[in-house]
Amino acid sequence: MGAERDAELTAELAADLAAGFESMVRAFQHRIYAFSLAMSGEPADAEEVAQDTFLRAHTALRRYPADRIRELKLNAWLHRIALNVFRNRVRRRSLRLVPMEPEMPVADGSPGPEARALSSAALRELANLVSGLPDMQRSAVVMRCVQGMTYAEVAAQLEQPEGTVKSNVHRGLQALRRRAGWLSEVS
Amino acid sequence: MDLLEKDLRDLGRVRAPDGFADRVLVAVGIVPGGVDAYAALQTPVGVLEVAWNGDGVSAVRLAQARDDFERWFASRLSRRVVRVPQLPDRLAGQIEDAIAGRSPRLRLDLGRLSPFEQEVLGKTQEIPRGEVRPYAWVAREIGRPRAVRAVGTALGHNPIPVLIPCHRVVRSDGALGEYSMGGTDVKRDMLRHEGVDAAWLEQLAVAGTRYVGSRTTHVFCLPTCRHARRIQAANRVPLRDEREAVRAGFRPCARCRPALVS
Repeated sequence: MGAERDAELTAELAADLAAGFESMVRAFQHRIYAFSLAMSGEPADAEEVAQDTFLRAHTALRRYPADRIRELKLNAWLHRIALNVFRNRVRRRSLRLVPMEPEMPVADGSPGPEARALSSAALRELANLVSGLPDMQRSAVVMRCVQGMTYAEVAAQLEQPEGTVKSNVHRGLQALRRRAGWLSEVS
Repeated sequence: MDLLEKDLRDLGRVRAPDGFADRVLVAVGIVPGGVDAYAALQTPVGVLEVAWNGDGVSAVRLAQARDDFERWFASRLSRRVVRVPQLPDRLAGQIEDAIAGRSPRLRLDLGRLSPFEQEVLGKTQEIPRGEVRPYAWVAREIGRPRAVRAVGTALGHNPIPVLIPCHRVVRSDGALGEYSMGGTDVKRDMLRHEGVDAAWLEQLAVAGTRYVGSRTTHVFCLPTCRHARRIQAANRVPLRDEREAVRAGFRPCARCRPALVS
């Protein structure tokens, strides 16, 4: 989502909340759903987290003055809300995560290099593994590797130094490789 | 980038489920173009599924399987409908009031129906709670006295039963007649809930009594008209038809307009 599109959407939101909100939901629904799925590991939880994210965004937008709406960086803002929704649900235990067991690698679960488009079942399995990472590794891996944010953006989201984020991403990927048996084929 | 990282990027490209955006929009009260929302509502007459949009309530049915409602809605009204967790509080309150007879001015969306259907249903909305009218009465009131059968068909296809009280339209001989929302028994229950004694109506029908006249006012009414119910037993005259009423010196009630008298 480029900065130009952001400016267009925030201008529309500031002028007409209902119309702008519809455009925003349609523009970001897949991004926020993908984030929620990787974080929570289950489609049903993911839909709830993603829906709650947009509902909270709507409540906030109704309160914000137009100037503030125009300055929003929508992608970062929505991800921050989604992260809070996710963390609240984990804290209230309305969302249960299954911690990863590193000693038990998935036998031969790695797709060969020839089958590169993962099936939806494989994607779901992967989301499940990611959601089982320890909290800081999970957030760092999802934002950096799933959502494609820069290290600087992830560091700002998580309010951590970039070095911490980098080492959490590194450790998270290592754990996933051990668990899932992915080969480190550098291309 | 290794395979794992490539797969993680694929995970970032999954798409939200179908209808996700519509459900979000409806949940914050924005009805996207061409889409109605629906939710279940517990009422004194049972659990109803209620669909609505910016113009008002568009459909009501007794709660059944979720897919049934969506398919029925799409074929009846040629619009999509999205399930949401619950009705907005204000709308739920208005519907409860309407069922309790407190708020006749709930907004209804009849825009997808034919002009004839709109007239029939609009007239049916005027029938007061606790009273019934014959199909022929509706036909006559909308200026189509010969279209009794078409009136029956339009009421049978009423997309908003309960709120448009098609259960208050009965056969001209006093029998209750059909009810699209679950047959004659449900119709009898709905009327009983509103204080109409269906057994008494059926007794009148068997006895051949279509109207009730008052010896003191010389007015004759449909049996459930509020004015008819005030007539004391000693002054009550059962009447077989309008000719008998006129011969005996009765005028038709201006409130329930039981019949045209030449």
